Amino acid sequence: MEKIPNNRAWWLVLPVFLLVAFSALIPLMTVVNYSVQDIFGPGQAYYVGTEWFKEVLADERLQDSLIRQFVFSGFVLLIQIPLGIGVALMMPKSGVKGSLCLILIAIPLLIPWNVVGTIWQIFARGDIGLFGWGINQLGIDYNYTGDTLDAWLTVLLMDVWHWTPLVALLCYSGLRAIPEAFYQAAEIDRASKWAVFRYIQLPRLKSVLIIAVLLRFMDSFMIYIEPFVLTGGGPGSSTTFLSQTLTTMAIGQFDLGRAAAFSLIYFLIVLLISWLFFTAITHADKEK
Amino acid sequence: MRQTRAKNVGITLFILLLLTPVYWLLNMSFKTNQEILGGLTLWPQTFTFDNYAVIFTDPSWYNGYLNSMLYVSINVVITLSVALPAAYAFSRYKFLGDKHLFFWLLSNRMAPPAVFLLPFFQLYSSIGLFDTHIAVALAHCLFNVPLAVWILEGFMKGVPREYDEMAYIDGYSFPRFFIKVFLPMIRSGIGVTAFFAFMFSWVELLLARTLTSVDAQPIGAIMTRTIGASGIDWGVLAAAGVLTIIPGLLVIWFVRNHVAKGFALGRV
Repeated sequence: MEKIPNNRAWWLVLPVFLLVAFSALIPLMTVVNYSVQDIFGPGQAYYVGTEWFKEVLADERLQDSLIRQFVFSGFVLLIQIPLGIGVALMMPKSGVKGSLCLILIAIPLLIPWNVVGTIWQIFARGDIGLFGWGINQLGIDYNYTGDTLDAWLTVLLMDVWHWTPLVALLCYSGLRAIPEAFYQAAEIDRASKWAVFRYIQLPRLKSVLIIAVLLRFMDSFMIYIEPFVLTGGGPGSSTTFLSQTLTTMAIGQFDLGRAAAFSLIYFLIVLLISWLFFTAITHADKEK
Repeated sequence: MRQTRAKNVGITLFILLLLTPVYWLLNMSFKTNQEILGGLTLWPQTFTFDNYAVIFTDPSWYNGYLNSMLYVSINVVITLSVALPAAYAFSRYKFLGDKHLFFWLLSNRMAPPAVFLLPFFQLYSSIGLFDTHIAVALAHCLFNVPLAVWILEGFMKGVPREYDEMAYIDGYSFPRFFIKVFLPMIRSGIGVTAFFAFMFSWVELLLARTLTSVDAQPIGAIMTRTIGASGIDWGVLAAAGVLTIIPGLLVIWFVRNHVAKGFALGRV
């Protein structure tokens, strides 16, 4: 649809602009402000330039949590995207069964994030949880509060449980949008199942997959409440991800300058990577 | 035929695995604490509603649900009322800085809430909104408004502009056309948007917890109370968890026929 040039349309977007400016721009400016000052109390602030940034970038605790964060987000994408596509391919195409599947699969998405943590905290316990108990019964020593690897696997499993449904639902609706004629043509050509998937379904899923990858990257990069409830970031700091490190610094220790500098770096990383993903994928799209 | 069966088995298995942790929570919410700690039972041996009774009779518990519902509802109303005209503008007109504005809006969806924690706390404290429902509702607009504009714009693009032009010829003013003609045409889009706004506001706790202390405390923050000196009250914790799932189920039930289209636009 051809859009009409009309600057009076600004009146329609003005409320959104003001609201988002109020809840994004003012806080962001506060953060920028803190990041270049050392504040001892009201009226006692000193301009320190880029000092906080230098300090934050050199801080080992932050570097560690940054690496943990990247490893975690990487695994999240590696597991959830293929699994989500697989689930979407198996879902019934339409009718009551389709709707029922849709609702049942969406359930984990509707659960408050702290409750997701609680569910897994209970479910994975060796004494009162079915999962932990079951693993222990198999003769495998499993304890997510004591063992680093177990804690990691539990957090990862929880995230797979929590968010694979989103990927599956996105792909499911992408699959529904493929016209039946494509499949009929494939049948006439006697295309194999794999060929149908590779040359019809996968290319058509591309736009929803871009969204799925972006969303899962962004959201897994901001994960906080679920591991916080499940492991509290431990054992040690083995499951302390970026948001938790930042929150401890800002609210727990009230270390304003350092927290603000860290916030900005954090936000920029998310923006930069999302942008890279996005341009890389759309660029590949144009070349075809 | 054999392949359909394999698919059915696969999907059933996936759904069963998905629901097992939820079943475990439900199972525990009907048990007494003695039974929970006494040993593993696959279903409640001594079935009890006591855990739910605790929540429904204690105002400090059920107020948590009311608080959460209230700020989520306020958020959905604010989100829809500002996003609808904006989405219309984006779907119909070209205007100065439209693309930049759109991307700036979306970039807020990418902002980690932890970044905004401290400034939000100070901002809302300084204007006297700390510990009010409206503060949480406004804070959640940060990610819900951009999302709503994005989803609604997708639905509005699907309505041909001929409708707009016809309405003007028939003498409709813009507000009257918008409310009487246009909004009914994108009903399902509004439903889906309301669903996503509800969902993201309902599941968020970090901002909600930071911006409240007593009067507007969300249920998620109250749940931590079950951890007492004598250990965790598992039964009540499980019951409280189960009750937080129900509103989401109700809402998705209402939009079940449209939500697939919302996902199809890929705008979540």
